[in-house]
Amino acid sequence: MSRTNPPLPREPGAGTPAMPAADRTAWVSAELLGPVVTGDKIRKEMEQAVQRYPNPRSAILPVLWILQREIGWLPPAALQLAARAVGLPEPEVFGIATFYTMFNLKPVGRHHLQVCMTLSCSLMGADRLFRHLERKLGIGHGETTPDGRFTLRRVECLAACGGGPCMQVNFDYRENVDETQVDRLLETLK
Amino acid sequence: MSTERGPLLFKDIDTPDLATLDVYRKGGGYDVLGEVLGNKTPDECIDVVKAAGLRGRGGAGFPTGMKWSFVPKQTPKAKYVVCNADESEPGTFKDRELMEKNPHLLIEGMILAGWAIQSHVGYIYLRGEFEYIQRILDRAIADAKAAKLLGERIAGSDFRYDIVTHLGAGAYICGEETALLSSLEGYRGQPRLKPPFPAVEGLYASPTVVNNVETLMNVPHILKHGAAWFRQWGTEKSPGTKVLSVSGPVERPGNYEVSMGLPLSRLLNEQCGGMRDGMKVKAVIPGGSSVPLLPADMLDTGLDFESMAAAGTMLGSGGVIVIDDQTCIVDALYNITRFYEHESCGKCTPCREGTYWMSEVFERLESGHGRERDIDLLWDVSDNILGKSFCALGDAAAMPVMGAIKHFRPEFEHHVQHKRCLVNRRKPERVQEPVGASA
Repeated sequence: MSRTNPPLPREPGAGTPAMPAADRTAWVSAELLGPVVTGDKIRKEMEQAVQRYPNPRSAILPVLWILQREIGWLPPAALQLAARAVGLPEPEVFGIATFYTMFNLKPVGRHHLQVCMTLSCSLMGADRLFRHLERKLGIGHGETTPDGRFTLRRVECLAACGGGPCMQVNFDYRENVDETQVDRLLETLK
Repeated sequence: MSTERGPLLFKDIDTPDLATLDVYRKGGGYDVLGEVLGNKTPDECIDVVKAAGLRGRGGAGFPTGMKWSFVPKQTPKAKYVVCNADESEPGTFKDRELMEKNPHLLIEGMILAGWAIQSHVGYIYLRGEFEYIQRILDRAIADAKAAKLLGERIAGSDFRYDIVTHLGAGAYICGEETALLSSLEGYRGQPRLKPPFPAVEGLYASPTVVNNVETLMNVPHILKHGAAWFRQWGTEKSPGTKVLSVSGPVERPGNYEVSMGLPLSRLLNEQCGGMRDGMKVKAVIPGGSSVPLLPADMLDTGLDFESMAAAGTMLGSGGVIVIDDQTCIVDALYNITRFYEHESCGKCTPCREGTYWMSEVFERLESGHGRERDIDLLWDVSDNILGKSFCALGDAAAMPVMGAIKHFRPEFEHHVQHKRCLVNRRKPERVQEPVGASA
């Protein structure tokens, strides 16, 4: 059972990093992640995230987001770095990262096209839109174009139901998307 | 017809730059902080919210004042207000628009909720896809802090309060309050046993109130104008307004705020302009995909908790999904069932196995391999999930299936006998990967 008694909560801002800064990235192979990810700026951002909660463990999602934003996806070395930053065992972080759908455990293209396929968008033509994208890009669900430009995925309800079909491009919402519009949009996405 | 999209939360929502502190304050925003903080006791505030009859707007409809009153007054532990901004119920998109356009109203609501339960920290748990909303909220929080409306000595009082935004990463189950707290604590987002209830033992095993965005946004208005004023809208047991998110083939889909109790058909015909392209309505899901559908002859049901319950469904989150008569009900339920199968957290057997099993049965029905006993099998599996799963996601998967079979059994039988849909305008392009393929 992964739940143990949580430590007594402290005031926000009183959270302490789990390991001294110098040791934190010691054994993780820096070449894999590069100097930016293991550098001071990212380390400071991660520490600030940890400080926002009474329990450092709460910062695991913000830390994973920081790393994914920087790298584009979460390679195993990033999961190890995240584990060190919040003081969790790596298998625990692996379990957390795989639980959520938005963490990319494989590389994705520069433009991650996420098409909602849940009922409201489906009623308004999402299936047709998805088939169109499959044909146009020559890739299927979860696949990336060979030039690294686009990854295509089916996703569940994006809370844009009144504007369906809806597609999220990375974090940007695109609503009322039909085939002509999506063609024009793809032109602009280099 | 009024050009206002609603009488309260949507009254001025399209005011340009309402998200900026200046415009928000010009409309009277944050005025009530000075009246309440240090002047009304926390218990007085809880009493006003109780008298107003505000009920949770996220789906469960639990009386908000009562929830707040469960928080122990004397405790050495820190107390927390958590805003459930995980809006993931299919058909629902009200919180997104409310937060995008009026973030300060949510901040004000959380400060007042904090005062009522004597908490000093609030967390806003946003679904991962709402990253741009997190940026809007963070900016509003920074502006409020700079104007001494957050942080230490708020509005000149002795009260201090901070708000931290927290981004999820894609999990419908994290809209369930205990799963949300698990996720916020840094675990996989799986629900926990209740009791103990979050008000007694929630975030970090400390007293926590979890409230929906729309619920919290009602609080400043209620504390400013009083319970009787709030009750000018709605019904006796469901006072106030509700924001409905309407989707599907209507002329004007979108968010509409109405006085509780308005007949659903009036919303659809007046504000939404009726069906588009000459289509006819077959059924409407009134409260997000988790609730049973209403067939076309029951659309006069009032949009309040009691009327919907009496009609065999629920008001839920207010996600109104309109299904036209050229759409196959079995196909629609297949779509919904696959959603729950994807989103099941896997913790408990009835939901994990049941949603998977129902998806397989629907796949059989849709592909023309349905068997006579499949319809009763769907009912049986649903019945074995309903009330027997660890959290409400199981119920949410079971209820719509049972509702669809109850009202549209002939469509299911048509699938078995004729091996195809009675009618399905989207059939040629319908995309659905086989059960068991990764999502």
